[in-house]
Amino acid sequence: MSSHAATQDVHGHPSLQHHFENMEQQREAGTLGMWVFLVTEIMFFGGMFLAYALYRTLYPAAFASGSNHLDITLGAVNTGVLILSSLTMALAVYFTQIGKRRPQVICLLLTLILGLTFLGIKAVEYHDKYEDHLIPGKLIPGRAFGPAIQKEAQPLDHHKLHLLPGATVEKVEMFYWIYFAMTGMHALHMIIGAGLLTFLLIFSLRGRFDPEYHSPVEVIGLYWHFVDIVWIFLFPLLYLLGRHYH
Amino acid sequence: MSEHIVPVRVYITIFLVLLLGTALTVAAAFVDFPWRLNTIVALTIATIKATFVVLYFMHVRYSSRLVWVILVAALFWMAILFAFTFSDYMTRDWISIQR
Repeated sequence: MSSHAATQDVHGHPSLQHHFENMEQQREAGTLGMWVFLVTEIMFFGGMFLAYALYRTLYPAAFASGSNHLDITLGAVNTGVLILSSLTMALAVYFTQIGKRRPQVICLLLTLILGLTFLGIKAVEYHDKYEDHLIPGKLIPGRAFGPAIQKEAQPLDHHKLHLLPGATVEKVEMFYWIYFAMTGMHALHMIIGAGLLTFLLIFSLRGRFDPEYHSPVEVIGLYWHFVDIVWIFLFPLLYLLGRHYH
Repeated sequence: MSEHIVPVRVYITIFLVLLLGTALTVAAAFVDFPWRLNTIVALTIATIKATFVVLYFMHVRYSSRLVWVILVAALFWMAILFAFTFSDYMTRDWISIQR
């Protein structure tokens, strides 16, 4: 190997795998591999976004009816929580790059707490849907999809589904299939992300990462930001656009 | 060490931009725009927010060309997925066929 001599100074790093020339090549390969994985994730969520776009085009009134029942405040707060967690994740990468362990640990911990906060708020929302009989199909035994319908003459009840002209309960159920599939898969990614952050936190406390070696923090950061981006699209599409037909 | 380190103030700025974008998209949802502008406005704001996250939080602005190629390839295939599916569904009633 002709370049062996030139890179000998970093060969001493305990985290350098034998099949890489040096730490920089190892880090680049890791980042690239993560991006290839994220492409598969983009295509995975892309299929669900396509289903959403198609059914919303076919049943606009039903989608507006279903969407109007979602809590915009909780959705907006969760968007803020997730954006803040992306900031703390980015800062965790930054503090690892400059070799400051204490703020690195604090940022990772904050990201984990914010991620769990998001999941907690999501659980409250899911429970509201359960209460209002809006879990689609027969996913919950003995509690099939069947919301109470708001009648024009009755006083306004937020637990009742307000059907817009042209919407049927069956078509609204389609909206809730897509809502639970998309937010459910997103929440699953958040749970996996929280597990990965726990792993990072343990290794960070043991001092495994330094400016030369921090690929795990960087690539899990990429994953975390990707999950954030999915929510950036989910929030307006599911929560906000229901206020309008088109 | 040759990797680019993004300064903290850039991260804070992007965070504030993202919060502003969230506030804007909520505010825009309570306004009734004509035609399909509500959807277009919401998706434009979301795309701008996502672009900021990708470029700065995910460091793509400072990454190698290969990362750019991978990302653009993903978006290109997504465009094909949407274009071909919609060109089918949206044109089904253009010609009448006895079913």
